[in-house]
This record gives sequence, C-alpha cells and structure tokens, in this order.
Amino acid sequence: MRFSKKFSVIAVLLAVCLLAFGSLAAAKAPVLRMATTTSTDNTGLLDYLAPILLKDTGIEIQWVSVGTGKALEYGRNGDVDVVLTHSPSQEDKFMEEGAGANRRKVMYNDFVLIGPASDPAGVKGKPVVQAFATIAAKGEKLVSRADKSGTHTAELKLLEKAGVKDFDKAPWYVQTGQGMLKTINIADEQNGYALTDRGTFIKYDAGLNGRKGLVIICEGDNELLNKYSVMAVSPLKHPNVKYDLALKYIDWITSSKVQEDIANFKVEGKQLFFPEAEKRYGH
Amino acid sequence: MDFIANGFVQAFHLLFTADEETMVILVTTLRLTALSMALILALGLPMGFALGYFTFPGKRALCTVTDTLLALPTVVIGLLVYAFISRRGLLGDWELLFTVEGMAIGQVILGTPIVAAYTASAVEGLDSRLRQTLLTLGASGAKLAAVSLWEARFMILTAALTALGRIVGEVGSAMMLGGNIKWHTRTITTAITLETGKGDFALGIALGVILILISLLLNISLSFLRRRTQN
Repeated sequence: MRFSKKFSVIAVLLAVCLLAFGSLAAAKAPVLRMATTTSTDNTGLLDYLAPILLKDTGIEIQWVSVGTGKALEYGRNGDVDVVLTHSPSQEDKFMEEGAGANRRKVMYNDFVLIGPASDPAGVKGKPVVQAFATIAAKGEKLVSRADKSGTHTAELKLLEKAGVKDFDKAPWYVQTGQGMLKTINIADEQNGYALTDRGTFIKYDAGLNGRKGLVIICEGDNELLNKYSVMAVSPLKHPNVKYDLALKYIDWITSSKVQEDIANFKVEGKQLFFPEAEKRYGH
Repeated sequence: MDFIANGFVQAFHLLFTADEETMVILVTTLRLTALSMALILALGLPMGFALGYFTFPGKRALCTVTDTLLALPTVVIGLLVYAFISRRGLLGDWELLFTVEGMAIGQVILGTPIVAAYTASAVEGLDSRLRQTLLTLGASGAKLAAVSLWEARFMILTAALTALGRIVGEVGSAMMLGGNIKWHTRTITTAITLETGKGDFALGIALGVILILISLLLNISLSFLRRRTQN
C-alpha cells in the first residue's frame, strides 16, 4: 500500500514534467512572422493562402491578427518580420519613421455603411460623407470600434470630411473598443449605424440565418475603398528580423499568380478582395 | 439562445472525431498548463515555505506584497512581460514572444503568488510542536521543509488547484504573449475569444465545454490521489 501511494504521486509528477519539458527540445523550423488585421484573418483569407505559400516557397507563415494600430506597433518593436495592414495614413507614418521597407500594394476591398433597415436617419444611397453628417446632425447612433484599427481610422477620416466635431463624448457616438463583428452586433442590438469592411458584413449577414438584421445603407462610394499594403520590417532597426523571408513573401503575394488566387477567394459565394499589386506603392 | 445547445453538440463532435485543429489547441493548452504549473510549484512552494516558516524583518510587508499580487489583472501581466520579451525588450534576444514558453512566463507570474500565499498560511498554521519534534529528532534544512510541506499537503493541493484554475481560464496574457497563432500558440481560451469575435458563438461554447471537461477530469484524478494519500 505504501509503495503504491508513493508510486502514484511520483507517476503524476513524472507525467507533468514530461508534458512540460518534453517538447522544449524540438527544433524550430525557420518561419516568417506576420502581424495583420482581423479582417484578413476572420474572413479566412490567410488560412486559404498559407498552404499555397508553403507549397510555392517552402515558407511557413505564422500570423497574429490584431487592429492595424497594434499590428504596426509589433512591427516597430521588431516582433514580426512583415506587416499586412489597411490604413494608408498610419502606414505612411510607419514608413516615414523608417520602421518599414519595400511597401507594396496588395489588394483592396471596400467599406460599407450599415444600419437598421428602417434607416431612421434617412440616408440610404446618399454619398457616404453626407450620410455621416446627417447621422451626426440627427443624433442617430453611430457605433464605432474606436480601437485605432484600419476601419476606425477610415471612419474618423469620413467624420472629419463630413465636418463633424466633438463627437468623442456625444451620446450618439458609441465607442465599443472591440473587434468588427462584435461592434456590428452591438450596433444591431442598439439599432445603430456602423462602418465595416464588406467581408465582415457578409459573414455577419450569413450568420443571421434568416433573422432580420442590419442592412447596407451606403456602398460603392470612392471614399469607401479599403486598401491593403504589405511592408517588411526594416532590418536597419531590428537586425534580427527575417528580412530575406519577408522580401520573398512580398514578391510572392504581389506575383500575378497569387493575385489571381486572391481574386478567386470567395466567402458565401462572393469575391471579397480585389488584386491591386501591379505597381510599386506611390507610383 | 440555440447556440448554447449547438455548442454542447459541437463539443462532443469535436472530441469524438478528434478534430485536428481542436486536438492541437488541446495539446498546446495542456503543454502550457503543465509547463506553467511545474514552474509555479517549483517557485511558489519554497517561497511560501520561507514566508510561513521563518520570521525575519520585513516579513509582513512581503506577505502583503504577495497578497496584492493575487489581484494583478492578466492583461497587465501580459503587457509587463511583453515589454521584456519583445525584440526591443531586455530579453528580446531570447525570442520568447509568441511561443508557449513566453506565455508560460505570464502564467507563472499569475500563479506563483497564489501558491506562495496559500503555502505560507498553511505552513504557519501547522502545529508548532511538529517543528520542535523534528528539531529534537535532529532533522534540518531540506528534510525539515519536506516534512512540513508534506504535513500541509492538502492545503497545498488546494493552492495548486486554485492556481491551475486561474491560469487555465486566463485569456488576457495568453493573447498578448502568445498571439493566438494557429497550430502554435492557440489555446482553448484564446480560441474561444477568436471564435466569439468571428461570430461563431456555438464553437466558442463548444471549446468552453471541452475546457470544463478537462478541469473535471483533473479534479477527479486529484481527489482520487488525495484519498489514496489519506489512508
């Protein structure tokens, strides 16, 4: 009895130690790390592209998907090798600081303004800047991610163009601080308007399963283009980053073959991303 | 509402078909938890013993610090550890960010104060005659500590279970330090956060059910172990 008592304690401890340290010795294969935005990950685009990348180049990619602001911060700190984001103004700043290198356009999709089917502000089909001005003037709810994401940045730019000021504490401006889909759900619960990327809206719409939810209020406006760029993290600031792998990745994702793959990616039967890689950025 | 029922169905489906992604998430969670618990016990037990057994100047203050650390928000732990293990940080060259080992650092900071605080009060609460008897019998150093800890084993088991509960259900620091990378650092809690964010509430519930099942299994085996050591 005494033996088996001790034995069982030792067996448990051994099992824990094996589980804890057994895998430490495993060799680490060279991998490319990317910081990207929730919209590319939540739509499934990255899961679709990763095996193609592995097959074409032998590179294994690992990504963290966060808001554009945080993704660029990971880049600034050298925690990732490459960033794929959609906020031109924040990216400009990133490049000016010398944090990035070899920025290239990759693709675009578009934002849509969504809201209740009853459209309490009466802005359906209006130019989006005018719609924002009207929503603010009438004090209808506008639900914002307020998380420095690419979508949030685009929304702020539209509010600025609409001449809306002092909205930070306005009762109609609801700041969730959460991801896109959660924000759409909050807008749905509160009968509010929200700016979203089309991909997340399609996912939300499919998830309704016939229940009535928010609908598209404004779309197709030039102001609503959502552009994605890829940048390598500059090896000048962080000599440890895998710059060569990052450049290979950038060449790969901007190649005509992969651009076609991106165009062929569909969610709920709809194309989500449109290739835009033929030119170097800004030329 | 129906996503809750769907969640339960999906949980058993994922388990019985041994869904590859779920299995990898499960193994990552177990690896992380085992690594963290081993380190937490290795650090927390001696610290707790020292805190409970010896009297030294500043002991009260140290106890207060330990007790305060119990209230550290997990996201703050994540941020603090991130500052050190980011490539820009002091330990950046060790490349711990976005690895299971890096996540374990956060868990250890979270769990060690729990084990230390409970062990300290358990050792303090031991019959003082035990110490005298041991000293009379000529026990010293490690032997003394080992016997004292063995006498306090049930309290310590409770401490370990409490720490386990906190780290296994934690998401703030795991998200920040692990990055929720698919096939590598995605744990059950970060996966739940992701699926909820994607709007797949049923899958979120399913993963939650799996987490509860694991905890149940662990507790059953520990209470079995406890009964064996009691008689």
